[in-house]
Amino acid sequence: MSPTPLPRPATRQALAEDGSSRTVREAFWRGTIQSLPFLVVMVPFGLLFGVVALEAGLDVAQAMGFSILVLAGASQFTAVQLLGDNAPTIIVILSCLAVNLRMAMYSASLVPWLRGATTAQKAGIAYALVDQSYALSIQEYERNPGLGLPQRLAFFAGVVAVVCPSWMVSSWVGATLGQAIPDDIALDFAMPITFLAMIAPMLRTPAHMAACFVAVLASLALAGLPSGLGLLIAAPLGMVAGALVEIAAERRARA
Amino acid sequence: MTNGTSDATVWLVIVVLGIGTFLIRWSFLGALGNRDLPSWVLRMLRYTPVAVLPALVAPLVVWPAATGGQPDPARMAAAMATVAVGLLTKNVILAILAGAITLFGLLYML
Repeated sequence: MSPTPLPRPATRQALAEDGSSRTVREAFWRGTIQSLPFLVVMVPFGLLFGVVALEAGLDVAQAMGFSILVLAGASQFTAVQLLGDNAPTIIVILSCLAVNLRMAMYSASLVPWLRGATTAQKAGIAYALVDQSYALSIQEYERNPGLGLPQRLAFFAGVVAVVCPSWMVSSWVGATLGQAIPDDIALDFAMPITFLAMIAPMLRTPAHMAACFVAVLASLALAGLPSGLGLLIAAPLGMVAGALVEIAAERRARA
Repeated sequence: MTNGTSDATVWLVIVVLGIGTFLIRWSFLGALGNRDLPSWVLRMLRYTPVAVLPALVAPLVVWPAATGGQPDPARMAAAMATVAVGLLTKNVILAILAGAITLFGLLYML
């Protein structure tokens, strides 16, 4: 079954494989190194966001306002596109918040791993909780259940140190250099590939497979709904499917 | 802005979205404090990443924006190669490489 967080490193023998012997500094650098492949995603998309923002009529300061204050790629593209189309302000805001609602699920799923963090630490995590920092961190926590809270926080910080500045800087470059960026090299697919590559190794049990399968089917069936809404129905369906399969497997193991 | 929307409106959108998005991310992590979650909630939360992230990308794989929403064999094959290598090797980097090579190889050949 899925590892659940241990309150403290269990025994000395268990230290070798579960990450509990790592120092805070090692955890930070692991986060940094593991997020380097994501530069392939963040940099082109950041550049593209800068370009698209200027094409929609924003200035460089506004593009940076989005990348620093909102810091959420998909919703930034949504906002810029709707602003460019002169959509009503309330529609722009509601659509983008709907796109970002999935992050409430990220927030909930981090609670068991990050309980005990200070309010300031939680605020920092909340600010930098993007798809990439969530996906990399939860993967690391599940793989190394013995990590202590300081190591978990350090890993998250290491990821954020790569992922967030690269998004901000590349959107600034895109907004400044504008049209000089080639748009014909199939980079649209960098995001799906990196996420699939992260998820596949996490499909360890039939329950994980079931959650993934149900969520994918439902998201395809609900793709016609306004952006973000289909996901908000599909993902919980997948989570329920995973939980049900887990319960069934436990019953079978006990019988 | 150069079209109908004023600069002040754009900044309003940025600030409201910034605050709203922060509150969404803060929601459970901040509000629950350090209370214990009931076990049925924990059971469901375990499946958050494997449910949300695949559901997020599935429509992008099946109906890629780059082809105007038309299903594209190269992108489908790249997605399948990524998942297959990721499942078999448990290695994220190898899976990304497999997907990228499949995508560019097929785009080049087709």
